[in-house]
Amino acid sequence: MASVELTDVRKVYGSSVEAVKGVNIAIEDGALCVLVGPSGCGKSTLLRMIAGLESITGGTVRIDDRTVNDLGPAERDIAMVFQNYALYPHMKVYDNMAYGLRNRGMPKDQIDKRVREAAQTLELTHLLDRRPRELSGGQRQRVAMGRAIVRNPKVFLFDEPLSNLDAKLRGQMRVEIKNLQRQLGVTSVYVTHDQLEAMTLADILVVMNAGAVEQIGAPLDIYEKPASTFVASFIGAPPMNLVHVTSDGNGLILNDGTKIGATGLAVPGEGAVIGFRPEDLEVAADEKSHAGGLVLELGILGVEPVGAESYVYGIVGGERVVVRVAGRSASQTGDSLRVIIPREKLHLFGKDGKRLND
Amino acid sequence: MASSTRVTFPNKLLPYLLLAPQLAITIIFFYWPASQAIQQSVLREDPFGLATQFVGLGNFKRVLNDPNYLNSLQVTVVFSVATALIAMALALLLAVMADKVVRGKGIYRTLLIWPYAVAPAIAGMLWLFLFNPSMGTLAYLIRSTGYNWDPLLDSGQAMVLVVAAAAWKQISYNFLFFVAGLQSIPKSLIEAAAIDGAGENKRFWTIIFPLLAPTTFFLLVVNTVYAFFDTFGIIHAVTGGGPGKATETLVYKVYNDGFVNLILGDSAAQSVILMVIVIALTAIQFRYVERKVHYG
Repeated sequence: MASVELTDVRKVYGSSVEAVKGVNIAIEDGALCVLVGPSGCGKSTLLRMIAGLESITGGTVRIDDRTVNDLGPAERDIAMVFQNYALYPHMKVYDNMAYGLRNRGMPKDQIDKRVREAAQTLELTHLLDRRPRELSGGQRQRVAMGRAIVRNPKVFLFDEPLSNLDAKLRGQMRVEIKNLQRQLGVTSVYVTHDQLEAMTLADILVVMNAGAVEQIGAPLDIYEKPASTFVASFIGAPPMNLVHVTSDGNGLILNDGTKIGATGLAVPGEGAVIGFRPEDLEVAADEKSHAGGLVLELGILGVEPVGAESYVYGIVGGERVVVRVAGRSASQTGDSLRVIIPREKLHLFGKDGKRLND
Repeated sequence: MASSTRVTFPNKLLPYLLLAPQLAITIIFFYWPASQAIQQSVLREDPFGLATQFVGLGNFKRVLNDPNYLNSLQVTVVFSVATALIAMALALLLAVMADKVVRGKGIYRTLLIWPYAVAPAIAGMLWLFLFNPSMGTLAYLIRSTGYNWDPLLDSGQAMVLVVAAAAWKQISYNFLFFVAGLQSIPKSLIEAAAIDGAGENKRFWTIIFPLLAPTTFFLLVVNTVYAFFDTFGIIHAVTGGGPGKATETLVYKVYNDGFVNLILGDSAAQSVILMVIVIALTAIQFRYVERKVHYG
């Protein structure tokens, strides 16, 4: 049980390539923190720095109120689950799980007890005599988890642990990881590029981009109030629609010159980006019921029915937008569709991508 | 699976035609000489080569009762075990070190692979020039420390010298395979072991070495065969089998008895025995050692 604190953590490769640019994150004891971002954003590097597999160029990493910058991975009392599981192929499942305990000189009977307990928890008992190559992907994943939990570490680190599994198994394992983490109450850091995994698992969500933190917060807070256009387009599926606008004093002008009425919406002179979630749009609603709402006229490019809902792809002001409609949509390609963005669902970002309204 | 992806040729003759060059080489350079040796081994020729006589297993009986032959067998065992062990151990050490180098990895590797391109006889000459007691540069250094270095008279030193020369020549080859073997071990396994609290030494012996087993096994077979057969040139150049018969290995004795002493029947019998030994050794290695090998 431990807290994890990153203060101004930096990583520079060679002399100039800055992979992580001054990251500050505080993770409370028992919380699950998810680092999410596109590939190359520095999230894995950051995780490896916490693990001690990568040197820290600047700043401090503290685990349980102890600075661990100069400690080796073994001395930090962490356990890591790798993307490719990193199971020792020449050892049986039992030995894979016992390896870390043996290295720490634990008595045999105690090792046996711990391994069997962990195997029980993860339903691996019948597989203890198998070798990793005789296991399925999900079972290997479980063994990797087992290897982490037998050690009873202060912190769990997960490096995209589900990305090698098929979609169905991934959903199932996601729930299992969440439950296990809750049950054990071990502070965890979880890296993923999958926003759905990030949203569902996180207690604290950290959205990273180009080596820096874009936003930290509870998943739903981030979803409801993205701090930048990057976060807005990364969190949520389909992502938030973003439309560039400028203002001429009494209305908004879209990229292609179309004017739309917008009362009481203050847009800076150099222009702005308005954002709205596909699910927040009101289709064919009465204009008057949404005073101050923004009315858009979409040219429909296509409709994708996915069962419970349909995605209507349209174009407005030369930019593509998506509308999420419950059930079937009556719209056809080539039609036009009037949608209203309720005032309170409208996100406004500056030209630099930073959020303007609150 | 295999049968469904099998290539079928429209022409019945074509596959045989494509195999022909390889078959021809194997037949001309292996089966034919081997059959000649087997034939020769049951014959006895008179000193002038005018008459041959069938003697059955007579040659074999004589060879196996010859104390010189038994001595040669012992020399071969010592020489092969020492050569294979030293060549593999040093190559593994170098490969592990080269794997750790960050800058100039390629240069180190290239330089370490070079000795493999040196012909055995030339390698032998190099070692001879370096360690010849009367003119060798390094021999001079050794003698200047007060140690009586004389591989021309001391059989133990002669053995050390040929083993060193033979092992040195094979290190490059082993190095190449160990480097490739090390590269195929996923980095994350080493990292996982580090997190699991294994120190560098422990990581090597519990993770890296077992995972290198397929490579090590393959090299064991190759090195044994090398020590048995391919070291002829080195021994011939460095010691000529001497002093006395201290470095006369089986293959060297085959040559000596056949081409120097012209006892063709005995020589042929010896080469047949040698063939049987190597076939047996390889079979044993595959049967027993391979069981303990993990193919990832």
